[in-house]
Amino acid sequence: MNRALALWASAATPKPSWNVAHDVHQLFSYPFMRHAFLAGSIVAVLAGVVGYFVVLRQSSFAAHALSEVGFAGAAGGIAYGFSAVSGLLVMSLLGATLMGLLGKRLRGRDAVIGTVLAFSLGLGSYFLTRYKGNASGAFGLLFGEILGISAHDIWVIALAGAATLVVMAVIYRPLLFSSLDEDVAEARGVPIRGLSVAFLLLVAVAVTAAVQVVGVLLIFSLLVTPGAIADRLCRTPSRAVALCVALSLAFVWAGLVVTYYSNFPVGFLITAFAFGSYLLVRLATAIHTTKADRPPILMNSR
Amino acid sequence: MTKQAVIAPAPLAAPATGDGRAPGPAADVTARDLAASYGRTPVWSGATFDIAPGEFVAVLGPNGAGKSTLLRLILGVQHPASGLLRVMGDPPARGNPAIGYVPQRRPIDPDVRLAGTEFVKLGLSGHRWGIGVPGRRAELDRRVEEAVAAVGAEGYARQPLGTMSGGELQRLMLAQAVVGGPRLLLLDEPLASLDVRNQMTVAQVVAHLAGARGMAVLLIAHDVNPLLPVLDRVMYIARGQVTIGHPDDVITSEHLSALYDANVEVLHDSKGRLFVVGLEEEAAHPHRHERVPADGG
Repeated sequence: MNRALALWASAATPKPSWNVAHDVHQLFSYPFMRHAFLAGSIVAVLAGVVGYFVVLRQSSFAAHALSEVGFAGAAGGIAYGFSAVSGLLVMSLLGATLMGLLGKRLRGRDAVIGTVLAFSLGLGSYFLTRYKGNASGAFGLLFGEILGISAHDIWVIALAGAATLVVMAVIYRPLLFSSLDEDVAEARGVPIRGLSVAFLLLVAVAVTAAVQVVGVLLIFSLLVTPGAIADRLCRTPSRAVALCVALSLAFVWAGLVVTYYSNFPVGFLITAFAFGSYLLVRLATAIHTTKADRPPILMNSR
Repeated sequence: MTKQAVIAPAPLAAPATGDGRAPGPAADVTARDLAASYGRTPVWSGATFDIAPGEFVAVLGPNGAGKSTLLRLILGVQHPASGLLRVMGDPPARGNPAIGYVPQRRPIDPDVRLAGTEFVKLGLSGHRWGIGVPGRRAELDRRVEEAVAAVGAEGYARQPLGTMSGGELQRLMLAQAVVGGPRLLLLDEPLASLDVRNQMTVAQVVAHLAGARGMAVLLIAHDVNPLLPVLDRVMYIARGQVTIGHPDDVITSEHLSALYDANVEVLHDSKGRLFVVGLEEEAAHPHRHERVPADGG
């Protein structure tokens, strides 16, 4: 795998021939590209579904903190000789449980989350100094290693993704209810605290999967930006989730294709596409809302 | 006036059975010597009342007196400190589909693009597990339409929530509360931060709905005047006591003076409106005691 990557990297950057069928065939002739597309697609779907609720629940900061906690776990995993992914998963799950139990409302708990986040980063940096190997492992954790994903990794990501999607489908409506209208949901018997913990656990799994692709630092591009865009455009939650998934897939695929034909790192490309889309949507909705906000008949009753 | 006075026994309520245990069978809400506390701090005690089916009760009193606490007890999200409480004959339990609830409104982010109808739909199926059966969607949509029409929100229900005015939002929340067909409506300050005209309209909408569907209503309000044309009784919660009765009996100079231990006077104008004088301190700082939720909820 790594040999193929090195071989490909040492060769001249391929140029698109503009014969799409040929280009696609050539792109997928490399196993690492096939793996990257597969893993990237699974992660995109997963992050899209979970990400919409991250935005809806205003838990972006919590999601970010989870990835940093996971980073500490992964660094610990590397330092003490077990795998980075298991360290990542265990620590982010632990962090999710703690944050979920902390209070039924995670919103407005910035200071607590920030404190945990800072310590996690410190812990991660300590673990990295304990690790005597090269620094590329740490770089991969921080910025992702999508081109180095093995078949085994894909199985792990696929299983985690499938499990997460099943749980999301089960808690979909109560989660939506508690995200939009917590007080009423509580009165209607929705288990607010349990859902909060369950959702953060799902975020932890999604983070673990997404870190393989975009790394700890760039995770927002898949977990938050598509959700932020969908939230500004869609009037029904089901459409928002669908758009969210479509956007994440588009960002990952575009990032992979462009990185194949250029020297830009894939993490940068994915975040750039995500950010560019977000800017476009903000601009478009700003123009749209100043033009025609709502039907004029309601203006009098305000 | 005794301390735990029940002013003017409920005209519609079933008679209390005396032993303090068995609730009146016809009552939607029955309280016997009920007490509430917040943590270890007592809020009020000695509340004894029956809310009859279809009855419209306005809940009045200063901020922090425990009006919302009463609703939370009935909803089953908070437990009584002591005493007996029955909701339709049963102990209160969270998730009772026979109760429709509108909590105190918090400002909605103007960027929220979700349509009002999606919000209403939550009241029907939001508590159910799973993503929903596609075959039932038409039926859900029909019931949502119906609830939206019942509150007169057809014109804007499909608009994004973030673009709605306070009155529009209040109607949609009402639609969400009634879409499941409850017997009892609990409304926490639905008239707050509305202008006088919108207060009147929302009160009328609530009364009309409750009348048409035979729902009992407990509505928390600051000002009783917009509700005077529609209410059956008022409940006054202040200084740790809960009294209930006809407004002419409860909102009187004598009763309020005794309640507040101050020289309070109730004035009537030519249109029958009530004005409470002598509580200027309270009126001048109406939000003094309010517990402000942490930023963003």
